[in-house]
Amino acid sequence: MKTDIILAGVGGQGIISIAATISMAALKNNFYFKQAEVHGMSQRGGAVQSHFRFSDKEIASDLIPMGGADIILSVEPMESLRYLPFLHADGWLVTNTSPYINIPNYPEPADILKEIKKLPRHIALDADKIAEEIGSQRSSNMVMLGAASPFLQIPFESLEDGICKMFGGKGDDIVASNLKALHAGKKFSDANR
Amino acid sequence: MQKLLLLGDEAIAQGAIDGGMSGIYAYPGTPSTEITEYVQHSKQAREKKIHSQWATNEKTAMESALGMSYAGKRAMACMKHVGLNVAADAFINSAITGVNGGLIVVSADDPSMHSSQNEQDSRVLGKFALIPILEPSSQQEAYDMAYHGFEFSEKYKVPVLLRIATRLAHSRAGVETKELKPENKISLPSNPTQFVLLPSIARKQYKDLLNKQAAFDEESEKSLYNRYFEGSDKSLGIIACGLGYNYLIENYPDRKVSYPVLKVGQYPLPRKQVEKICSECKEVLVLEDGYPVMEELLKGFLGKEKIKGRLDGSIPRDGELNPNHVGAALGLKQTYGKDIPEIVKNRPPSMCSGCSHIDVYLALNEALKEYGTGRVFSDIGCYTLGAYPPYNSINSCVDMGASVTMAKGAADAGLIPSVCVIGDSTFTHGGMTGLLDAVRENSPITVIISDNFTTAMTGGQDSPGTNKLDKIVIGLGVVPAHVRIINPLKKFHEKNVKILKEELAYNGVSVVIPQRECIQTLIRKKREKNKK
Repeated sequence: MKTDIILAGVGGQGIISIAATISMAALKNNFYFKQAEVHGMSQRGGAVQSHFRFSDKEIASDLIPMGGADIILSVEPMESLRYLPFLHADGWLVTNTSPYINIPNYPEPADILKEIKKLPRHIALDADKIAEEIGSQRSSNMVMLGAASPFLQIPFESLEDGICKMFGGKGDDIVASNLKALHAGKKFSDANR
Repeated sequence: MQKLLLLGDEAIAQGAIDGGMSGIYAYPGTPSTEITEYVQHSKQAREKKIHSQWATNEKTAMESALGMSYAGKRAMACMKHVGLNVAADAFINSAITGVNGGLIVVSADDPSMHSSQNEQDSRVLGKFALIPILEPSSQQEAYDMAYHGFEFSEKYKVPVLLRIATRLAHSRAGVETKELKPENKISLPSNPTQFVLLPSIARKQYKDLLNKQAAFDEESEKSLYNRYFEGSDKSLGIIACGLGYNYLIENYPDRKVSYPVLKVGQYPLPRKQVEKICSECKEVLVLEDGYPVMEELLKGFLGKEKIKGRLDGSIPRDGELNPNHVGAALGLKQTYGKDIPEIVKNRPPSMCSGCSHIDVYLALNEALKEYGTGRVFSDIGCYTLGAYPPYNSINSCVDMGASVTMAKGAADAGLIPSVCVIGDSTFTHGGMTGLLDAVRENSPITVIISDNFTTAMTGGQDSPGTNKLDKIVIGLGVVPAHVRIINPLKKFHEKNVKILKEELAYNGVSVVIPQRECIQTLIRKKREKNKK
């Protein structure tokens, strides 16, 4: 068993919180894992990615080979497409559809969606909207993690545990709203996959 | 022992703490910053009162670490690869003085230049200094090398270079820690002239260093970080340095490579093992995440040996190594996903919304209109992003401090006025001495120290010049009437343009200091305040 995930987004969108939650879950299941993060210059509003790998066997490379990723999990639609060379032919692209526009030549969001829909296996959801609807505005990243959860090969309960550990220090309300977001994302994927 | 989830950088820090380190000295620089930050945030390090305050630059860091070693304690100096250039004088000479307490110098290289202006390979400088080099392939090895590195350094009384690359520095994995070692007690070097590099002494010390080379070879031969894996297919042998080994194994899902493999994590190269792989294999492929340092060494000037790697095009000459480059060099079929659709546009990093540098550039662009473009020398920091549209404000970024002296040189050539834009932390790092050059000749330059009270690009470390910059520049001899502090806010734009114009017109050294806190540290402080 192995799951290779490319996490994508824009610097400042907090993809590290998704990575941290999965790592807690992976750790609980005694999986090996490696997670290559991006620090430094690109964090200033540039395109960022993280390679996240976990497996029941030892992992060699910190980087996922091209064409090897099981999932691209992106919190921004255009960024989800940037890493297509990494996606396995049977892999899933799971992306937020809410665009983050900080460049003058950002393409038409509808055109981006068209590209996403060309992929045989994709889940595209407006995580920002879903988070807002359930009253967890700041938890869209956890909506995205929930949407990717059916493809993760990791028990859903471990992700819930991960959230409890991650946000435990911030109070029960924050934990509850993140859990709600996780469930909402999963629900969307289960209904739309 | 305890299993921790650590970045490669953090593994080095924890290994050093557990290995009995008494002080870490560093200037922030991606991808090395998290080593020192980890020590600063470690409760264990705080309780043990391990020194971890930032240094003003890499040279001062290296020298302070050497001073701690002189006093018998274990010290670490950390920097990014280009920082090692700044520290090079102290670094190279520390190999001649040798050490008393164990000394590890960590240099974090950045192949592919994710956050750097070049991708130089620190192993070249380690070899230049004639000292042993350690290069981990995993977080665990990074921990182990830091943990055992001090004793290794003390055994031969030389500093040890620990070289890592971005991918390991910023990748997280499980690390098993080891038993905590006690710190050294203070002790003076047994030879009172060991650190006095007068020529007569230096010549002797240098001979000592040369005489140790055979022992370094021997250490490499028996090092656990260097391993020979036999292989049945002798058509190719593979020498895999550092992370290169991981990328090799990634290409064999069952982890079984049929070729002989020499995994290298300690230099000088283990001669006997290299001789063995070269003699038993028809060709040898060298995998290195960085320059083809070992490949070139093995190939030799005449290129008679059948060595493959970056120099013959088996692997791209530049850029970070990865599993696909290695797989292709092995002739294995590589898979690729779909191409990136054309619709995807580049998204370069940019200055944050509300950033003070933006207001500085808007004012400067307007003030410079009457003189024309092409005269703004800048430096290393967030404000370097002013090179991108819509600002297009700066014309250089070379090394820390170069903005001041390049502006001076251009003014010497007749480009008047010449302007320099430098950050507060970069100014104290490397700009002060250059400003003294300009003061001495009263060069017609306008120095803008865009002061956001922090070392912002690397994540907001405190900056040694905070609240002292005006006093520093006046102390260096800038005429107080031409030291102007401004507030870079939109509402003061006209006023700021006027002040800049006045100083651009002044035929001598002027320093304009726009002061406003970095928006990121401001947000962080607010958040921390709310928590309380």
